[in-house]
Amino acid sequence: MAETQTLDRRGIGSVEALAAALILLVIFRGPLSGLVTGPRLQAWTTVFVSVLVQAVPFLVFGVLLSAIIAVFVPSSFWARALPKHPALAVPAASLAGVVLPGCECGSVPIAGSLIRRGVTPAAALAFLLASPAINPIVLTATAVAFPGNPEMVVARALASLAVAVVMGWLWLRLGRADWIRLPHQPDIAGKGRAFWSACRHDMIHAGGYLVVGAAAAATISVLVPEAWLQTLASNPVLSILALAVLAVLLSICSEADAFVAASLSQFSLTSRLVFLVVGPMVDLKLIAMQTGVFGRRFASRFAPATFALAVLAGSLTGWILL
Amino acid sequence: MDPAVNKQAQAVVLLLFGGAILKASWTDLYLRYVKEGLRPFLLLTGAFLVVTSLMTLWYEYRPASPPQDAPDDGRGDGDSDGHGHGDGHGHGHEPRVGWLLLLPVVGLLLVAPPALGAFTADQSGSLPAAAESDYGPLPEGDPVPVGLLDYASRSIYDDGRSLTGRRLELTGFVATGPDGAPMLARIVVSCCAADGRPIKVGLTGGPALDVPSGTWLRVTGRHSPQRTKDPVNQADIAYLEVEQWQPITPPKQQYE
Repeated sequence: MAETQTLDRRGIGSVEALAAALILLVIFRGPLSGLVTGPRLQAWTTVFVSVLVQAVPFLVFGVLLSAIIAVFVPSSFWARALPKHPALAVPAASLAGVVLPGCECGSVPIAGSLIRRGVTPAAALAFLLASPAINPIVLTATAVAFPGNPEMVVARALASLAVAVVMGWLWLRLGRADWIRLPHQPDIAGKGRAFWSACRHDMIHAGGYLVVGAAAAATISVLVPEAWLQTLASNPVLSILALAVLAVLLSICSEADAFVAASLSQFSLTSRLVFLVVGPMVDLKLIAMQTGVFGRRFASRFAPATFALAVLAGSLTGWILL
Repeated sequence: MDPAVNKQAQAVVLLLFGGAILKASWTDLYLRYVKEGLRPFLLLTGAFLVVTSLMTLWYEYRPASPPQDAPDDGRGDGDSDGHGHGDGHGHGHEPRVGWLLLLPVVGLLLVAPPALGAFTADQSGSLPAAAESDYGPLPEGDPVPVGLLDYASRSIYDDGRSLTGRRLELTGFVATGPDGAPMLARIVVSCCAADGRPIKVGLTGGPALDVPSGTWLRVTGRHSPQRTKDPVNQADIAYLEVEQWQPITPPKQQYE
């Protein structure tokens, strides 16, 4: 306990340190913006800022909803709303994700809040996976991006739903509660105080990890030459793996990934389906945010398992439907 | 120790971040990064962040209300870690990661990087023009302004039928073509700049182009049947028979 507190003191700690940093920034403003001159560095900064600007409204929506869940929705509500048996609660929670529009950034704090309110982790995790992948906005975007292949929409919805439900069930069988370490949120008296405290805490926390993810995604998008992808597209197995890995690295918002997939026209439809199934469930910014909200022990197990399952489900669905 | 210091710093970070978002969406800065439709949500987001920051400060400087003021109906369980500081792991990391939110503040307020342009166009392959079932006639006007993506798909999938006989006006920036010759390009964005892909149109004939890569041009000309393949992704690239070109200031909305 004493250690934690000294860490705090050395960490973001004081307003004075912040003020000093800001004064330095203003003084060195000229040389600082002069640093960002090379075209590659400029493109990196543009992509970094744009990933953040695009994601922040969705993150705020998620933070707001999760604060409402945490403060205003009594936990007895979830006991009534979800089936008693955990194995049934998993598909129910996945289907709840269908009606909630939002991208993956928002669903991480919501899932954390659900677990805190006593929802069985398996169901909350199924919701976490399903909600960004199969909500109406994302499915409409997919239909618009693939005007000639309406079966792509069905395949995406089915494969993503399958991954969410199976991951939920897997968690019931293999998951251990102590892998999840939700960040400490003190018990606060007063609903207003608790609400704004939850908003501040989640925003700082998930927002910080979103910055990490956006930086990683910008680095990949500026550094990976597109010509590499061309050579991979010709091999059916390699093309699936390549697009699965690319989905993780690029970390595009689930509302936009269909358009990117559509533009990768040299790849097979199945490999592009895998791209669409993996992307909203596992990517760099999500791994960073899950590490922040659920802890490292959780993220290091959950992300690889989801990745493997998503590749499998995407390939199978593509093989059958496309 | 009083954790208040910590929360005040977080409030300042949120205030700066929200302020940066507000400033970017109030001006035209946000158009370099995202689509126009996101603006109302960005304004709301910025406002929410500022309010969160102010509410945090408000509660920090107000003495805590006694617990009996708030009926504690829904908060019985789930707070098993309520007063214990057992979760040192997550707690200890929170402050440090929060600092990172200053990076986008610096990015938006101090650096404000330009919209994607020639570098991205040179690095990525041209967007494969989308095939539409029906290409209606172009609107009135001489020359008639046409988007690059529209031009390419009309040229490639409709064999230029709706383009022939018209004087066309294309706006874009100069990028380097496969043979080193200048091409006209524009970045197409479907959601945010991270998914931006270039659409390229080759230029043939006309006065020699002697402007550096990245310069914005308005080019008038006629449809050309010439074709080439983008060496990066083998996408078809359409050509325009140039009559004249002139440098222009970059448009407000640089993406297509």
